[in-house]
Amino acid sequence: MHIPDGFIDVQTSAIFAGLAAAGVATALKGARTQLDEKTAPLAGLTAVFIFAVQMLNFPVVAGTSGHLLGGALAAVLVGPWAATLALTVVLLMQGFLFADGGLTALGLNVFNMGVLGVWAGYGTFLLLRKVLPKNKSSISLAAAIGGLLSVPAAAIGFTIQYAMGATATFSTSAVLSAMVGTHVLIGIGEALITGLTVSAVLASRSDLVYGWKNNVQKLEIRSAN
Amino acid sequence: MAGKIMFRNWRFEVLTNRKFYIAGFIVSLFLAGVVSFYASSDPDGLERVAEDIGFLETAKDHTNADGTLADYGVKGIDNERASVGVAGVIGVIGTAVVAGVGFKLIARKPKKDGN
Repeated sequence: MHIPDGFIDVQTSAIFAGLAAAGVATALKGARTQLDEKTAPLAGLTAVFIFAVQMLNFPVVAGTSGHLLGGALAAVLVGPWAATLALTVVLLMQGFLFADGGLTALGLNVFNMGVLGVWAGYGTFLLLRKVLPKNKSSISLAAAIGGLLSVPAAAIGFTIQYAMGATATFSTSAVLSAMVGTHVLIGIGEALITGLTVSAVLASRSDLVYGWKNNVQKLEIRSAN
Repeated sequence: MAGKIMFRNWRFEVLTNRKFYIAGFIVSLFLAGVVSFYASSDPDGLERVAEDIGFLETAKDHTNADGTLADYGVKGIDNERASVGVAGVIGVIGTAVVAGVGFKLIARKPKKDGN
């Protein structure tokens, strides 16, 4: 999912660099009010964990692999603002240290994975949290489905960028169907990793999980007796 | 379910802050340092699509393609397992430093009573 230099022309890359910068600036503002000394370390650990798991490409279909994006996971664990920042740190490390994701494509990648992926995943999570029973399994399930949808959402982000400024001339609809088809499959892996990780953190430190604690205060008091 | 038992020990869990973060960091080190060697080296979704549709050759070499850590390997370490493992460990520590310091600064609240 890391776009290399060259796929998308410079003008389109610049537009998305601007959009990504605006997204990161908004996230900085939001995270400043939302994070505190107690939750900041989890935001750091979330970035670290996502970096590590993004190295673990898993096979999806013959000759194709995918890896965690982590936007939904981060948003459920530490909130959408800190999630965008965590993903941005990961993408900066990958782009500058590991030559993964082009430097002129950094804005494209931050936009797709750090903004679109985060908000598609988090929006889905919020909707599902509303309708599902208020317990920890629902939180993990909602996070997993948020993860599932966040991957094709990021893939659609790429397709939009391709339509706006591809250096190649193949049809956008072909790119769209191929991107979405492949990334729905990758999304299944994303869902599994997201669901398992959220349930592991909920089992050990539910008091830190953003997507749980700001919804179930009442329930927590009742259950603690 | 295990969750139920853990939930009863909630008070105890809150005390184990340090343990939780150490465990999370060690898991990340293990994944990036050891498990990464077993990751699939097939092209990822985007690369596959680019190849199938035909625009893969529009990709340019990365600016840092010859960098010390390019493509998650350490230049000069020939053993592939060690090379990707060390690169992963460096990435985990580097991300921890940047994100750790960054989020700590973001979370710092100016105290109301001026200190």
